[in-house]
Amino acid sequence: MNEPRDVDFDRMSCPLPLTDYDHVLLGHGSGGKLTADLIQRVFLPELGNLILDALEDQAIVPFGATLGGAAQGSAANSAATNGHPAPRLAFTTDSFVVRPLFFPGGDIGRLAVHGTVNDLAVGGAIPLYLSAAFILEEGLPMNDLRRIVTSLAEACREANVQLVTGDTKVVDHGKGDQIFITTSGIGIVPAGRRLSIRKARPGDRVIVSGTIGDHGIAIMSLREGIEFETVLESDSAALHDLTRVMLDACPEIRCMRDPTRGGVSSALNELAAASNVGVHIHEPKLPVRAEVSAACEMLGLDPLYVANEGKLIAVVPAEHAERVLSVMRQHPLGRNSALIGEIVQDHPGMVIMRSVIGGDRVVTMLAGEQLPRIC
Amino acid sequence: MKYQQEYRDPVAAQKLRQAIAGITTQPWTIMEVCGGQTHSIVKYGIDELLPPKVELVHGPGCPVCVTPLELIDRAIAIAARPEVIFCSFGDMLRVPGSKRDLFDVKAAGGDVRIVYSPLDCLKIAEQNPDRTVVFFAVGFETTSPPNAMAVMQAKRRGIKNFAVLVSHVLVPPAMRAILSSPTNRVQGFLGAGHVCAVMGYEEYEPLAQEFQIPIVVTGFEPLDLLEGIYRCVSMLEAGKVGVENPYARAVRREGNRPARQLVDEVFEVGDRKWRGIGTIPQSGLKLRPEFAEYDAETRFAVSQLEVLESDVCISGLILQGIRKPHECPAFGKTCTPERPLGATMVSSEGACAAYYNYGRYRGTTPVPV
Repeated sequence: MNEPRDVDFDRMSCPLPLTDYDHVLLGHGSGGKLTADLIQRVFLPELGNLILDALEDQAIVPFGATLGGAAQGSAANSAATNGHPAPRLAFTTDSFVVRPLFFPGGDIGRLAVHGTVNDLAVGGAIPLYLSAAFILEEGLPMNDLRRIVTSLAEACREANVQLVTGDTKVVDHGKGDQIFITTSGIGIVPAGRRLSIRKARPGDRVIVSGTIGDHGIAIMSLREGIEFETVLESDSAALHDLTRVMLDACPEIRCMRDPTRGGVSSALNELAAASNVGVHIHEPKLPVRAEVSAACEMLGLDPLYVANEGKLIAVVPAEHAERVLSVMRQHPLGRNSALIGEIVQDHPGMVIMRSVIGGDRVVTMLAGEQLPRIC
Repeated sequence: MKYQQEYRDPVAAQKLRQAIAGITTQPWTIMEVCGGQTHSIVKYGIDELLPPKVELVHGPGCPVCVTPLELIDRAIAIAARPEVIFCSFGDMLRVPGSKRDLFDVKAAGGDVRIVYSPLDCLKIAEQNPDRTVVFFAVGFETTSPPNAMAVMQAKRRGIKNFAVLVSHVLVPPAMRAILSSPTNRVQGFLGAGHVCAVMGYEEYEPLAQEFQIPIVVTGFEPLDLLEGIYRCVSMLEAGKVGVENPYARAVRREGNRPARQLVDEVFEVGDRKWRGIGTIPQSGLKLRPEFAEYDAETRFAVSQLEVLESDVCISGLILQGIRKPHECPAFGKTCTPERPLGATMVSSEGACAAYYNYGRYRGTTPVPV
């Protein structure tokens, strides 16, 4: 056998760092660390104010007498401090660029309603009105558009919201991807209700409303042509009624999040950072469908980072956890709800998961896109 | 997923853990060669479950990490050409070249695509007859059969607009280089199960004898790893030398003969440069002359490659198991998965990324959120 030659252990090579990208990458839209970077470096410095800086899933602002103050961002919390709790306005917006447009369990029209309704609902708001803006690519089959609009209308009825304003633009063939939809929504947060990702406290319990990763894997398996014995459906659903029964049963719920892009890991990391607490979760308690688990194994992905469109995570004071869990499990959208972990004092800002065999690991935010591994 | 649960059983894991602790009487340093194993070890917290006397060091078995910078630069130059559709496994896209990465090429308008199999590239080539599809054929022995198959099929089907940029590396020469190093600390190896599934483990037997070490062919699930470590420690404690194969459900001594034959028909063994290690003789695969027309390196002459290297990162030392990721001055500070200094941080299989993502050193390392 040959002895190694020209092997120089002192001449270690590494490329210079890429400090900043000159272009927007797909990873900037992943909902993970690159997205957070974009928000922190590009958007917030120019656009930041007290309300936007809170980075909740929705802006919750006072209205009526204090409206002028809210516009300056100074009165975001005034409604509760003046001694007369008043209802507040919840406002949110979301864009939908999913491909394929139609998938098992939903389509871009339903998604556009559910995404915005859920962003309102997890803030404790009762969703009321939506706007929809359509960017259509020249050549989109009219029948596809009709199907999408029909299902969007149906989703509005189911979610008990009205679409009250809209806009349409058409771009040249090749300049869009068939259809992009942006919806904005407003809702009312009843007087005295204050949910916030800043409110998690050590001892609180973390609950997820069902199996994780269903939406992302349903879409990915369509794109990758992976087939299962049963059709894997997206979990796309409006959560306004689930949040209603939860808040009726337990007004003490600290906060809720819908773990869409970036998955459960992003939602929990944001929560840990905002509340300056640790989150400790237990891998064996995470509800994951067998098909999702299998697809993740095959594609080299982790269900914690895969998108959901009809699930929520709730942080609940320990003494109320069982009650909340039981009302959730009685609701059709919360049948598989599970207690997955707790808020701890240790490791503030970090999410730690105990693995199935008992070792601990830190669950970080996704860096860019989740990349399939080589082998 | 019976297969998964069976090999992730907490009770069995606990038993193996106790068994390892029970037989360990002195300090041992064991290297897992394969990046996939590093990933599993850190993901399941296996190193935490071991007695302090058993130290695992992470070897150079991550194809992303050992691909030389020049080749990444070459890939980037080829991918930026308008007539090229550049296809790659996902994690190569984030490996920085001297100035940019493949994601950046894509964002600037290059046609860069993630594929799961090189055979998908042939389909893409047939659908795009006016363009050339280039596949970045990286990896160890494990990925060589499908890559060989793609080239073979292209030739059989007369697909001319397809080429491969080859950077295949072989495990045994790397193990030899590590064992021959004056700074070597490795006393036993966990053999890379997937590599052995293809190649078998005959070629590890002389290596074990020459360097008087145990090599244990090991799989990737938690119980496979714990079993591999247990066997390796028992051999070390007993002073036993040789190759054992507890991963028999996937690996036979002779490997997968048809796959080996296919690889042999398309590729030949040659010298290969490893990032962080240098040129190791007879440590890589290149296309045989009769398949030269499918070699992207000759088809696309890339001139004036200016390769810029940094001396901050200690990737090389980490890939040889001489240092741990958290001992690097850049780790977690200037070097993070989203802005990697070195390839060990890029791939989820790379030792640094594995440490970072699963927070081995969360006590000392800020894990930003």
